[in-house]
Amino acid sequence: MEALVISLTVFVLAVFVGFEVITKVPPTLHTPLMSGSNAISGITLIGALVSAGTEHSTLSTALGLAAVIMATINVVGGFLVTHRMLAMFRRRD
Amino acid sequence: MLGWLVNLAYLLAAVLFILGLKGLAHPRSAVRGNLLGALGMLLAVVVTLLDQRIIGYGTLIIGLVAGSGLGALLALTVKMTAMPQLVALFNGFGGGASVLVAGAALAETTSVEAGPPATFLVAVAASGIIGAVTFSGSLVAFAKLKEIVRGSLRFPGMQVLNAMLLLCAAGAGAWLVAEPANGWNFWSIVALASVLGLLLVLPIGGADMPVVIALLNSYSGLAAAATGFALQNSGLIIAGSLVGASGLILTGIMCRAMNRSLTNVLSGRVGGAGAGAASSGEEIYEGRVKASSAEEVALLFDVARRVVIVPGYGMAVAQAQHAVRDLCNLLEGRGIEVEFAIHPVAGRMPGHMNVLLAEANVPYDKLKELERANPSFPQTDVALVIGANDVVNPAAREEPQSPIAGMPILEVDKARTVVVVKRSLSPGFAGIPNALFAADHTLMLFGDGKQALLDLVAAVKEAA
Repeated sequence: MEALVISLTVFVLAVFVGFEVITKVPPTLHTPLMSGSNAISGITLIGALVSAGTEHSTLSTALGLAAVIMATINVVGGFLVTHRMLAMFRRRD
Repeated sequence: MLGWLVNLAYLLAAVLFILGLKGLAHPRSAVRGNLLGALGMLLAVVVTLLDQRIIGYGTLIIGLVAGSGLGALLALTVKMTAMPQLVALFNGFGGGASVLVAGAALAETTSVEAGPPATFLVAVAASGIIGAVTFSGSLVAFAKLKEIVRGSLRFPGMQVLNAMLLLCAAGAGAWLVAEPANGWNFWSIVALASVLGLLLVLPIGGADMPVVIALLNSYSGLAAAATGFALQNSGLIIAGSLVGASGLILTGIMCRAMNRSLTNVLSGRVGGAGAGAASSGEEIYEGRVKASSAEEVALLFDVARRVVIVPGYGMAVAQAQHAVRDLCNLLEGRGIEVEFAIHPVAGRMPGHMNVLLAEANVPYDKLKELERANPSFPQTDVALVIGANDVVNPAAREEPQSPIAGMPILEVDKARTVVVVKRSLSPGFAGIPNALFAADHTLMLFGDGKQALLDLVAAVKEAA
């Protein structure tokens, strides 16, 4: 139960930080914000790596491998496409 | 590697994520922000790979290489106009990965004699529900945006069915807590939630897509956070809740920009519902619509001092952003002040128009958002509307009975002259006629957005 309360504390505080930080993002960057935050939600990858790598059972390894692939697409694709978009934003010369 | 050291590294990664998102507060710092986020992710992954429990590196390398290759391929080849589809797809993968990780974690613990704690099981169930809704919902959103699936599925009692599905999924969650060793309960949660995701997104049509994508974005974060609760991994919890908050904020902005509640958007109720009002608009348009030519519009620009361009989804469909940029440069070369006015829900995802115009090298400081653009229309000589309809419909302001009543619009009708580039007089997503097209000071330039713009550029050059 104590572990749950600690997790909950982290969760609630992080939501507040998220609200504070993200309300400052201007509308012009809303698409990169979505793709970039999407890449961050690929953090599940670290859970997937442990599941796939510990070779606990065939089932957990197979699920883990599928998760690693999905999450890596999300992470690599997300950060790359965000970079591609952001590099296009220019001020007037 | 020592557990506390790993957790310290995750904390550092979380700090980098926050700094990265902070960087997105301004286009100047945004590139660096994104790189900081990527650095945080790299750190988290490398530290995880050093975990001593990991023995099967072969599997991991296959997964990482395959995922990186596919991700890079998608990211580098996607056209900017297809960005909404890609983001929808990535959202889905995020949700799917969370479900699979939760499932794998469950498979690992159920073979242990002692049995997992209830808090773990609740988190696994939550991850299964949110993740599966995100996965199937995002795939439907992807198919709709890519126009593989057309039209909207809606039937009476759909809301009730959805509520029942959610209840059943929660019930299966309770079954999981009661009987964790049974291998089927988790997958029945996933199956029920997947159907729910399908039914949630199927009734939602084109112009409501920005809301849905933002919401699914939020869910993909929450699914990661739920998985974090199951694994007691603060890295996952922090990153997931940041994304969850981000998606919710965007969802709120999109709903406000349409003056509709989230439940209203999700139930797919708009315009068409009031079928009586959704007439073809003949009595409004009859004899009042003035079709114009590129030459005539070029003459308008000849005497204009200030022009505001209002792009909509039509510009994306016609891939007209580069032609728009050419026109903008041409007019500016003649000393005309040119600005862009962007409605928050123009396009199919938040910020869609901004990305397209950035791709065409239009400087971002020329793009004005709704609140800043509206006061300037009375001082504008020509408002050039390209493929936008509902977001410039004065009915939102003037007709309390209209399905879009109260929606904030770009008040282009206050400009001296309005030029509307559009294929036909067909109604927009809300299914209602637009009195703007029949106004005395409006000229219609019928045709494909790109061709019309190219003609316009040629005509302006000739008029000089």
